Amino acid sequence: MQLFHRIARSEHRPISFTLDGTPCVGREGDTLLTAVLTAGTAVRSSEFSDAPRAGFCQMGACQDCWVTLANGERARACTTPLAAGMEIFTGTGAAA
Amino acid sequence: MTGRPQPLVVGAGPAGVRAAEALANAGLRPLVVDEAPACGGQIYRQRLVDDGRSTRDLYGSEAPKAERLHRDFAALARRIDYWPQALVWNLREGMADIALAGVSREVAYDGLILATGASDRVLPVPGWTLPGVFTLGGAQIALKTQGCAIGSRVVFAGSGPLLYLVAWQYMKAGIDVAAVLDATPLMAKYHLLRGLVLAPDIVLRGMRFAAELRLRGVAIHYGIEDLAMEGVTRVEGVRWRQGERERSLACDGIGYGLSLRSETQLADLAGCAFSFNARENAFLPQRDISGRSSVAGVYLAGDGAGIAGADAAELAGERGALALLEDRGLPHALERAADLERRLSRIGRFREVLEAAFPYPGHWAKCVADETLVCRCEEVSAGTLRQSVRDFALDELNRLKAVSRIGMGRCQGRFCGAAAAEILACEIAKSVDAVGHLRAQAPVKPLPLALKPGRARTAAE
Ligand SMILES: Cc1cc2nc3c(=O)[nH]c(=O)nc-3n(C[C@H](O)[C@H](O)[C@H](O)COP(=O)(O)OP(=O)(O)OC[C@H]3O[C@@H](n4cnc5c(N)ncnc54)[C@H](O)[C@@H]3O)c2cc1C
Ligand code: FES
Repeated sequence: MQLFHRIARSEHRPISFTLDGTPCVGREGDTLLTAVLTAGTAVRSSEFSDAPRAGFCQMGACQDCWVTLANGERARACTTPLAAGMEIFTGTGAAA
Repeated sequence: MTGRPQPLVVGAGPAGVRAAEALANAGLRPLVVDEAPACGGQIYRQRLVDDGRSTRDLYGSEAPKAERLHRDFAALARRIDYWPQALVWNLREGMADIALAGVSREVAYDGLILATGASDRVLPVPGWTLPGVFTLGGAQIALKTQGCAIGSRVVFAGSGPLLYLVAWQYMKAGIDVAAVLDATPLMAKYHLLRGLVLAPDIVLRGMRFAAELRLRGVAIHYGIEDLAMEGVTRVEGVRWRQGERERSLACDGIGYGLSLRSETQLADLAGCAFSFNARENAFLPQRDISGRSSVAGVYLAGDGAGIAGADAAELAGERGALALLEDRGLPHALERAADLERRLSRIGRFREVLEAAFPYPGHWAKCVADETLVCRCEEVSAGTLRQSVRDFALDELNRLKAVSRIGMGRCQGRFCGAAAAEILACEIAKSVDAVGHLRAQAPVKPLPLALKPGRARTAAE
């Protein structure tokens, strides 16, 4: 299950990361948002209603796409480039 | 650097690039700051890496302009200071707080050009927080800069020129476009005929988008109402009403937006006076045709102080820079300034036509159901807002914010502010210009928690 469908860069260098512990592969040039949404359907869940969220504006304006990284840091997924070995947590189990 | 600090240009989109260029051409060395990793702004935004697509694939008819802007900015490299991936998060008297690579720097400036651009304007509808629902601009960014479609069967809904442009771009990229749902009536489109005189290429291009979509079998529905996005953990369909008929469609991606709204937070922090702009139905920082704001030494250029499009942004960026030069007593091209102003007012007249062709859904606040979430950050519903207005007898937007938390979340009201103002105005039977606008607060966007304070400096040190 995924939200995004690649129409370019699908042969670019693979970049490994984990999504809620599940090994996944993104491509060179991906933002975290792209990497997560080509593997799953949400980047976080709302702290109020638990509803899944997957970003909205993709330009760093709505702040709906913050994810948690393994070191406890938080990153805005749509404006952060994917790097090898990142451990991304959505807290939604949406990668299944 | 000794003497006066550098001028500061915020934004490296069409407006910021042309402003920086004009300043550099006059011998000043501006500092240009932009959050993005490369210049171009929204429309001419660049990819993180090359992906085999041509600039024509990415920017369509605007490819030559995109290439020119990127090239001209690259040519400035030695004559300006440029901080990409840096956020101007606060402005104080002649001093900017800029977050760059985990460090916050205080930068003194002398002369400030705000070219902060815009983002999608939305009015909340049921289901707009579901995964798979993005703004029109967001849907375009996924395609343009990430080479991804937001779904495999996508519906585009809302209004404004981006509606047809993005739908057409998806269709061209080979993605199944299930429908275009235009919230404005077909009759309104006849206003575009007036636009044929002012901007024939833009109007004809828009008509071509609609015609080609239809030719490829994409249904276009006009004057749709009661739009709602449906699904449980992700979007699965869309529902709307057309006249008496309830209609629905299955889809797994939706692009939604109602034209654009200006990014005005920094102008507010800089102390610029705002006034209500009827054409855009929003409070905007005041600027004259030269780009001068109400504050000496602060200039406003491009979509950040009123939506006029990318061509106007380039003109306004240069014009604002000329005003800065003039106010500094430096040589500046008077004739060029007058020419830029003439072209800007022509585009301004065309904007009137576009607003008439894609009118703002003024009745939205009356119809929105109590359960609909207005604020996606703090999950405040329309019903809560109405209740707060009644319980506390409110008549001003910042009071409503204090009581209900609307506009207090991470997006600072960028996506709920317009809607909250409409609901408040509707509830007290006043017009939306009577309820005020959300005051900006630093930081204008959330900062990384680990941000370290840096020492005060100027960029050229
Ligand atoms: C998502 C989106 C897609 C669009 N697509 C099209 C299109 O395809 N065709 C079209 O004709 N028009 C399009 N438009 C409209 C078009 O982008 C604008 O008319 C044009 O870009 C305006 O230029 P500008 O220089 O005023 O602002 P922008 O191009 O928006 O540039 C503003 C820049 O300022 C930066 N910035 C803002 N605030 C800060 C800050 N505090 N600190 C650091 N940097 C900051 C931003 O990162 C941005 O790069 C689009 C608009 C949006 C929002
Ligand atoms: S999707 Fe809006 S900030 Fe990332």
